[in-house]
Amino acid sequence: MDFNHTEERRMLADSLRRSLERGADWAALAELGVLGALFTEDEGGFGGQGFDIAVVFEELGRAGASAPVLEAGLAGGLLADAGRADLVEQVIAGTLKVTLAHSEPGLRYDLGPITTSAASGTVTGRKSFVTNADGADRLVVSALEDGAVALFLVDPKSEGVSLHTTPALMGGTISEVTLDRAPAERLGLAETLETRLAAATLAVCADALGAMETAKAMTLDYLRTRKQFGVPIGKFQALQHRMADVAIEIEMARSAVINLAGHLSDAAPTRDRHVSATKNLTARAAHLVAEEAIQMHGGIAMTEEYALSDISRRLFAVDHRFGDEDWHLARFIRLSA
Amino acid sequence: MDLNYTEEEVAFRDAVRSFLKTQLPEEIARKGAEARPLTKADYDLWHSRLNEAGYLAGSWPKKFGGAEWSAVQKHIFEEESALAHAPRIVPFGVAMLAPVLQAFGSKEQQDYYLPRILSGEDWWCQGYSEPGAGSDLASLKTRAVREGDHYIVNGQKTWTTLGQYANKIFCLVRTGTEGKPQEGISFLLIDMDTPGIEVRPIILIDGVHEVNEVWFTDVKVPVENLVGKENEGWTYAKYLLTHERTGIAGVGFATAGLQSLKRIAKTEMQNGRPLAEDPFFAARLARIEIDLMAMATFNLRTVAGADAGKAPGAESSMLKVRGSILRQQINDLARRAIGPWAQPFVSEQLEGNLYHPGPDHAARATNTYLNNRKISIYGGSNEVQRGIITKAILGL
Ligand SMILES: Cc1cc2nc3c(=O)[nH]c(=O)nc-3n(C[C@H](O)[C@H](O)[C@H](O)COP(=O)(O)OP(=O)(O)OC[C@H]3O[C@@H](n4cnc5c(N)ncnc54)[C@H](O)[C@@H]3O)c2cc1C
Repeated sequence: MDFNHTEERRMLADSLRRSLERGADWAALAELGVLGALFTEDEGGFGGQGFDIAVVFEELGRAGASAPVLEAGLAGGLLADAGRADLVEQVIAGTLKVTLAHSEPGLRYDLGPITTSAASGTVTGRKSFVTNADGADRLVVSALEDGAVALFLVDPKSEGVSLHTTPALMGGTISEVTLDRAPAERLGLAETLETRLAAATLAVCADALGAMETAKAMTLDYLRTRKQFGVPIGKFQALQHRMADVAIEIEMARSAVINLAGHLSDAAPTRDRHVSATKNLTARAAHLVAEEAIQMHGGIAMTEEYALSDISRRLFAVDHRFGDEDWHLARFIRLSA
Repeated sequence: MDLNYTEEEVAFRDAVRSFLKTQLPEEIARKGAEARPLTKADYDLWHSRLNEAGYLAGSWPKKFGGAEWSAVQKHIFEEESALAHAPRIVPFGVAMLAPVLQAFGSKEQQDYYLPRILSGEDWWCQGYSEPGAGSDLASLKTRAVREGDHYIVNGQKTWTTLGQYANKIFCLVRTGTEGKPQEGISFLLIDMDTPGIEVRPIILIDGVHEVNEVWFTDVKVPVENLVGKENEGWTYAKYLLTHERTGIAGVGFATAGLQSLKRIAKTEMQNGRPLAEDPFFAARLARIEIDLMAMATFNLRTVAGADAGKAPGAESSMLKVRGSILRQQINDLARRAIGPWAQPFVSEQLEGNLYHPGPDHAARATNTYLNNRKISIYGGSNEVQRGIITKAILGL
């Protein structure tokens, strides 16, 4: 057994952390290999394993970055599965921004049944919760074709596509996408959707882990410096023990993320059991850490201006992406039966 | 033991109900139900309707024009108002300053300020907290130095709720540095229009402008604006803190919150069936309802005790802790209930006029969840309340 990351992954994590602290932009992230790390060598990248995803997203979460990296891995992965090496190359280079448009209103966290349909080179329907669509060059859209779910490439600027975009709780943006006979290029059947969503769920959990570390660091710092009654508030045992619980739950989340990263390439039932276990636990931890960080700060954490507010919203959002606590609990029970 | 209201109490409740039915403007009730922020005009309109009916001063003593409600009546009024989604009575003038003036103010202060509170001429805000003085309020530093007929005030208050609407602020200021920190504090009434006062907005985590910083630079305040005696302001402030405690559990808000949560759970569909039928969600909902049933009785026990002449005392700390947790759990369940619709984060203050793309019941659920993290922080944080419980009730 070895719980250390490889030298390459440690180096990637370190340099990513440093560049994010310096405010790295999209081009810098691509340059650094952040996007390449999400794809296997066969796909044109140099990573693509669970632990590659885990280290990258932990850093993005730690920095509270809203760059569309998850979208690149998810939609880009589906492009790779469709054999579109030409597009994947551009995704890895950072010159083509893509995002997946799959969910639909009323599905909650279920993957189907979808109603968007494809006909003669166009797609029609409504897609929900499409993240960072406003800056995307292409949408990867799922649609029904003779009763089967297939994937299509759609240019969000083309006729027949309209976006209603709002800021997203986790940072970045989120859109409702309406497709009215929008021109669409067929990619193939959506056979690998669940595999790619498993990886994306790992990304969300690792991101949460990084964000939890930041919330912890900020809270610790505040407990050491904020004085009331003549002492740093970190001297109050009521807060000390809760801070200890926060630290414990973060280690639980870290362990759960490792579990999932290590099983991401397993056969679907084993993999998905781990997906649900990790997502359930991480959502609980993220929620606890954010609530406790706010409470232990007091009023200051309630303000938009204080940097914790972005991080705590990001942590609250964890539960709402790719299935919430209860959805994964039910799935875990089903898969364990 | 009798768990029922008396006949008079039932009659009072019916009167409040029919008042709310006929007098609460639909548009304001809708905003309340959807947890959208209210404007100053909304509050002003509602206060004037309450005042016409004699409800605004319901709990004031008769000699000040009040109805001298019992604690149970006051509880009934608050609960019915919350259930009807009426705005809460903005507490700063009616419920916080007025009792202090009635107990410690001069005749002139009472005659001048009390009617203006009821008529809505004055909107008060509360200037207690400072950046360095939160839980440790007695460490406050805003200075008031006497010069002839005036105090000269310098310093900064913060977290001033709805200060942007206020024309008056009641402040705790430091007038003495001798002895314990509590001993050099005075209670001062300040006109917000006085030169040297600056109000700066603070935007909260849900994107709402609800609180402010208030800065004082050489602000001249006439000495007749001192309440009671110099350096005894702490006593008045404490009186204020223990005085108005019936609503502290927020049972009315919780009951209204649970009702709308149940509606959401019936509307949100999961696998073609209402979320309310999901066993995990149903269990979460049921636990909260069970807690609320006990909380309501816990609250009434304390309220009834206060009517029988017992000071609400440290039990109100228990109500505050458990009541705030319960309300926060209801808000938390609402954000769970709306599922992925919790992700679009729309806030007027932060992003202009975007609308939430989801169903109406989802529009404000996340914002409300975020905003109500405050209720375990302000008015004495839950940690401070637990400290009071361990000392005053448990004797540890
Ligand atoms: C939305 C909002 C509205 C408000 N409105 C007003 C208003 O209108 N007027 C006004 O004057 N004030 C107002 N307040 C201020 C409020 O009363 C303070 O936020 C509160 O007293 C806590 O102070 P603080 O935020 O400075 O936190 P701190 O006192 O710094 O506390 C930080 C943390 O330390 C904990 N802590 C502190 N002391 C102890 C202890 N002895 N033992 C254990 N734990 C401890 C706290 O519980 C908290 O978790 C408002 C606050 C908010 C958030």
